[in-house]
Amino acid sequence: MSTNISPGDARPVEGTSSGKGGEGSRLGKAGEGLLNWVDERFPLTKLLEEHVTKYYAPKNFNVWYVFGVLAMVTLVIQIVTGIFLTMNYKPDGQLAFSSVEYIMRDVNFGWLIRYMHSTGASAFFVVIYLHMFRALMYGSYKKPRELLWVFGMLIYVALMAEAFMGYLLPWGQMSYWGAQVIISLFGAIPFGIGDAVTIWLKGDYIVSDATLNRFFALHVIAVPLVLLGLVVGHIMALHEVGSNNPDGIEIKKNKNAAGIPKDGIPFHPYYTVKDLVAIVIFFILFFAVVFFAPEMGGYFLEHANFIPADPLKTPEHIAPVWYFTPFYAILRAVPDKLGGVIAMGGAIAILFVLPWLDRSPIRSIRYRAPWYRIMLFVFAANFIMLGYLGVQVATPLYTLLSRIGTLVYFGYFPLLFILSRNEKGKPLPDRVTYQGSATADHGVDNDAEVAGAAAR
Amino acid sequence: MSFRSHGVERRESLARRHDAPGASRSARVGTRPAPAGTTGDARALTGLVLAALVSIVLFVSIGTARAAGSAVPLEQPRIDQGNEKSLQRGAAHFVNNCMGCHSAGYNRYSRVAADLGLSEEDVERNLIFTTDVDGEPTKVGALMTNNMTKEYGQQAFGIKPPDLSLTARSRGTDWIYTFLQTFYLDDDRQTGVNNLVYPGTAMPHVLWNYQGFQVLEEGAVDEEHAGDGHAAPQLVLAEAGSLSPEEYDDMIADITNFLAYMANPIKQTSHRVGILVMLFLLGLLVVAYFLKKEYWKNVV
Repeated sequence: MSTNISPGDARPVEGTSSGKGGEGSRLGKAGEGLLNWVDERFPLTKLLEEHVTKYYAPKNFNVWYVFGVLAMVTLVIQIVTGIFLTMNYKPDGQLAFSSVEYIMRDVNFGWLIRYMHSTGASAFFVVIYLHMFRALMYGSYKKPRELLWVFGMLIYVALMAEAFMGYLLPWGQMSYWGAQVIISLFGAIPFGIGDAVTIWLKGDYIVSDATLNRFFALHVIAVPLVLLGLVVGHIMALHEVGSNNPDGIEIKKNKNAAGIPKDGIPFHPYYTVKDLVAIVIFFILFFAVVFFAPEMGGYFLEHANFIPADPLKTPEHIAPVWYFTPFYAILRAVPDKLGGVIAMGGAIAILFVLPWLDRSPIRSIRYRAPWYRIMLFVFAANFIMLGYLGVQVATPLYTLLSRIGTLVYFGYFPLLFILSRNEKGKPLPDRVTYQGSATADHGVDNDAEVAGAAAR
Repeated sequence: MSFRSHGVERRESLARRHDAPGASRSARVGTRPAPAGTTGDARALTGLVLAALVSIVLFVSIGTARAAGSAVPLEQPRIDQGNEKSLQRGAAHFVNNCMGCHSAGYNRYSRVAADLGLSEEDVERNLIFTTDVDGEPTKVGALMTNNMTKEYGQQAFGIKPPDLSLTARSRGTDWIYTFLQTFYLDDDRQTGVNNLVYPGTAMPHVLWNYQGFQVLEEGAVDEEHAGDGHAAPQLVLAEAGSLSPEEYDDMIADITNFLAYMANPIKQTSHRVGILVMLFLLGLLVVAYFLKKEYWKNVV
């Protein structure tokens, strides 16, 4: 068989406990008994096997495949630090700003918790954008993973709502005016509906204490609940269809006698140890920002947000936080307010239907036609350019560039729809590429050795 | 003392500072070997994304400009958060000259004492000049507020003098330093002075007895701005103060340093803890790497 992973290696956890003698085996037996007791009442082993120890992932994941796990890690960071922040934060127009400074100065390690949360917000988007780009590169949104992609998009939208509402809570000038600008976008809806909607959202005629309170409720309860539910759905969908891989071919088409994909390896221990390396590297970068540059030059924590919210004083330049700026640039590129809002919403909405716009059966960029590589390159570079333009003060040149960028952004989708119909790509391999060469059957059965490795 | 010369010097040093790391960083990425196992296309895209990330980092490192709206270039003083003596001097100048009007209400005296290497008695004796509502001297554990009410501030200055706890983070240390340096006589203002960084400021030149008074020499066009026809304002000392220009610069640098400390008192601790965390994570990385290698040696 091809991989040396044996079908019988699936219970490494038990292997660990039963592998030792003396006290260990007695403890192991007790543990097994307890596990059996639980399993008769709750599908613990079944769940573990389905999602971890017998979830077979392609063995050829490259570095682009770590961002899903990193997104989970970031989610955990945000939830844990968020809980501790909630203990000391006061969602009150009079107290919010100073309660944040109180956390920064008087709460034990409050500064660390707060910086982790503020950096975590930006890190979340860095990770998610790279995760999404990975899906574009390797066609991870294509059949049968359309719903997986849709779940992912829903998570992305929920995350944007979460970040937007969270950003109001420090109640600084940029929090306040950023929220004012974004909420006022709803005012573009015609027939008097828009104004009613903005007042309904704010709970007042201006962004005020009432707005702060409801955003707090939404930020700490409502959206996180939705987010967690969506993440569960995303992972369930993933484990139902199986992971895509950099070659974009189905590993399930090549199974061994036991019905296990020849190019698949159990998620645990192989990808748990591999992801651990990625997580540590991520932590090094993440904590470097937390400890040494939490403001990130004014892009993670904007300078104007160190001034308490003042409804009577508009900052000179209102810019959303960096992760919204590509869409903000699209908004500003359209001369008409309603048109801008529609374009901005459309820029996100169109991503939902991407699986049906890309009609090519080839998934991975490795085997797609050259035009797709160029298009994706231009699309990504254009997205970064829009992000840059979204932070800048609008000048005639920048507005022109934003307009070109908006056209390029929206041009990608119809062009993809047309060109992908009869795509001439490279021939697909039968088996995944691993360590630079195509996998082949080795004819050596070293199952025992691998089973041992898996159990260790 | 001429303000211009400082400005020019500072801009050159800024350019130097940002050019050098930029060049080396992008060069490093250019020669970075692609990870093994990726095919050409993925490698190219990985390169693109890396390049984009690097340019974002560069962009962020340059993006310290705040919307200050000042016409003059801001000068970055040489300040060091680790210099306890400078911070102590800055604290003394601050409570003596600034706190009558400006509070620093997110900070506590006791915290200042602990962070600046002072005893609480030192602080009570030398740095606390205010009283609490009962007329007793402010307690050392109290926040650094003062008795300037909104009403009184409006009556005296037209606006309540702002709290300065976070000014170093909102405006920047360069703004504070240059602001304190560029007061000049202006008969059109009620306070008799105006400011280059913050034109029309309601603040009088509180430090006049240290710096003296400067006058603005209009129309003195320097070489740098000769092209665009923009006359850079030049300040000339008209009446000497008790300090020499160099001594005054040192004094306001100390004040700026103290304001920077108050805006982010945790900075030194954060760096100390950060280094330990980095060392731990690097150690963990080695362990994790070999763990992965050990497990994966059987995967072919």
